[in-house]
Amino acid sequence: MTDQIANGTVATAFAEATVRTATPLILASTGELLIERAGLINIGLEGVILSGAFGALVGATHWGGGSALGLAVSGGAGMLIALLFAAATLGMGSDQIITGTAITLLALGGTGTLYRTLYGATGSSLAIDTAGRLTIPILSRLPVVGVAFFAQPLITYLAFLLIPATWWFLEYTHAGLALRAIGENPTAALTAGVPVLRIRLVATLVAGALGGVAGGVLVLSQAGTFVEGMSAGRGFIAIAIVVLGRWHPLGVGLAAFLFAATTSLQYVAQALGLAVPYQLILALPYLLTLAALAGLGGRATPPATLARVE
Amino acid sequence: MRWLAPIPAPLRRAAYVVAILSIGVPLLLRVLGFEALPAAAALLRGSLGSGYAITSATLVRATPLILTGLSVAIAFRAGVFNIGAEGQLLTGAAAAVAVSLLPGLSHSHWNPVIALAVGASAGGLWAGIAAFLRVRFHVLEVISTILLNFVALYLVGYVVRGPLQEPLHIYPQSSTIEAAARLPRILPGSRLHAGFLVAIVVAMAAWWTVRFTAAGFRLRASGANPEAARIAGEIDVARAGASAFVVSGAIAGLAGAIEVTGVTFALYENISPGYGYTGIAVALLARLDAAGVVASGLLFGALEAGASAMQRDAGVPSVVVSMIEAVIILGLIVAWPLQGSAGRPLPAAEPTHSGQQ
Repeated sequence: MTDQIANGTVATAFAEATVRTATPLILASTGELLIERAGLINIGLEGVILSGAFGALVGATHWGGGSALGLAVSGGAGMLIALLFAAATLGMGSDQIITGTAITLLALGGTGTLYRTLYGATGSSLAIDTAGRLTIPILSRLPVVGVAFFAQPLITYLAFLLIPATWWFLEYTHAGLALRAIGENPTAALTAGVPVLRIRLVATLVAGALGGVAGGVLVLSQAGTFVEGMSAGRGFIAIAIVVLGRWHPLGVGLAAFLFAATTSLQYVAQALGLAVPYQLILALPYLLTLAALAGLGGRATPPATLARVE
Repeated sequence: MRWLAPIPAPLRRAAYVVAILSIGVPLLLRVLGFEALPAAAALLRGSLGSGYAITSATLVRATPLILTGLSVAIAFRAGVFNIGAEGQLLTGAAAAVAVSLLPGLSHSHWNPVIALAVGASAGGLWAGIAAFLRVRFHVLEVISTILLNFVALYLVGYVVRGPLQEPLHIYPQSSTIEAAARLPRILPGSRLHAGFLVAIVVAMAAWWTVRFTAAGFRLRASGANPEAARIAGEIDVARAGASAFVVSGAIAGLAGAIEVTGVTFALYENISPGYGYTGIAVALLARLDAAGVVASGLLFGALEAGASAMQRDAGVPSVVVSMIEAVIILGLIVAWPLQGSAGRPLPAAEPTHSGQQ
C-alpha cells in the first residue's frame, strides 16, 4: 500500500477512475441537456440508461455481436424507451414528470424480467469481453494523466468530443438556435415557422440514444456484465448534472467531471487506508451535488418552459 | 372515449385495470414464453387463495404501499413532486429501530407507539431538508429527493455496520427488537399486524383533511393553480407546499417504522423492495385520491404478494410484476392525462411559484 503511494499509482488510479466514471455521465447528461434546452425534462433517463445497459448485453452476447453491436443495440434500446416518452408527453400531452417516473419503473421491471427470462432464473453472472482500449502513443505514457486520458476505449474519446460538439451545435447552427428558441418560447418559435414538435421529437430520440449508449458503456467498458438495476441512479445524477452545469454544454462536462472525481475518492480513501466509513464516502457525491445545487440558488436559470405541457 | 362518459371515472379505471390484468398480462406472459394459466393461478393462490394468503401476504404487503401511496398523493396534490418516499421510509425505519433498541425503552409497552412517532418525525425531517432547499434555494425537489434517497440508503448501510450493528459484529444488520417493542398481531394465526389499521386510519384522516378542511383546501388550491391561489385566495403557496412536503415525508417515515416493528423486527439494507417508488404508481393509479390509494395499494399489495407464489410455483420471475405495474400506469396516463383540479396540467417541477415574488 505504501509503495503504491510512493509510485504515484494512487493518483493514476484516481485519474483513471474519474475519467471512467465521467464517460457515461457525460453521454447521458449531454442528451438530457439537449431536451431540457427544448423545454422537456425526462426523469425516465434512469430507465433509458438501464435499457441501454440491457441492450448492450443482448447485442454483445445473445446476438453474439461483441462490443460494437452491443453499443449499437444499447443506443437503439435507449431510443425505443425515449420514443415511449415522446409518445406519451408530446403525443398525448401527459405530464412529463409522471411519464418519466412510470418509464423508469417499466425499465426496472422490464429489464429484470427479460434478463431472468433470457439468461436463467438465478441470473447467472455473465462475463462480457470489455471493449479494447485505443492507446495513443507517447501521450499515454505521461505520468498520472497518461492512462486516464490517452488509453481509453474509443467511446470515451467520442464522449469527450461530444461536449464541444454540442456547444457548437447549440451556439452556431440553425437547428441549435431553433432548439433553444423552443425551450424559451415555443409559441413564438411556432409562429416563426419552427417545427416545434418535430425538433422536440428528434431531440428526445437523440437524448434517448445517448442515454442508452451511456448504459452500454457501463456494461461494455466498465462492469463487463449486467446486473439488475445497475444504472444505480446515474440517470438522476445526470439530470442533477445538467442543473449543476447550468444548462450549458461546457458546464455540464465540468459538472460530470466533478461528480466523477468525488465518486472516485473512494479509491483514494481505500488506498490510503483512511478510517472514514465506506458508506459515507459513497454518499459524498450525492451530498456534494445537493450542496452545489443549493449554492447555485436562483442564479441558474432553467429554460423558460421546462417541463410544461403545451 | 366520449361514449364512456356516463360511467363514473373510478369504475372506468377499475374496468381498465381488470382488462389489463385479464388480457394484457396473459399476453405478456405468452410473449415471454411462459404458460399463462398456471402463472395466473399461482398469482391468485398466493394473493387471494386462502385466508392466510389474504391477511399474511396481501394485507401485510399492502400496508407500506398504502402509506407510501398516501405520502406521494398528498405531495403531488400540493404540486410538490416528492420522489423521495423511499429515502423517507428508510430514515423512518432506521430511527424507529434506534429508538426500539434503547435500553430504557426496549421492554416498555409504549415502545411501538414511540417508535412510530419517532419514525414519522424522522421521515418528516428528511423531507424537510428537501422542502427547505426548495423554498430557500429553489432546488428542484424532483432532484433533491432522489439524491436524498441515495444518501438515506448509504446512511442505513452505515448504521447497520456501525452504531446499530448487532453485538457480534458479523452481519450488516441491527439486533432484533424485543417482543414488547413489536406491533401487536391483530388476527390469530396470521402475520397481520396493527400497522395495517394504522395505515387505514391515516388514509381516512388524509381523505377527510384534504377534502373538508381549510388546510386541505389550501393544499389543493396551491397544487391546482398556484398563481390563482396566491392572488385570489391569498394563500401562502410556499408554506402550503412545504407543509404538505413534510407531512408527506412523515407518512413515508411511518411506513418505514411500521415495517420494522411489524414485519422485519430488525434494520438491514434491503428492508424496502422499492416501496417508495411503487408508492408513486399506487398514488397515480388512485388519481392522487386518499380513498383510492387504499384500493390501489391493496391491488399492488396483492400483485406483489402473488408474485412470489408465481415465481415459486410457475417459475415466472417475480420482477414481472413491476412491469405489469408500469404498464398499468403508462396506459392510464396516456388514456386519461392527469390534470390539476382547475383543468390545467399539473404544475411544472420548478418551484418558480414558491413565493419569491
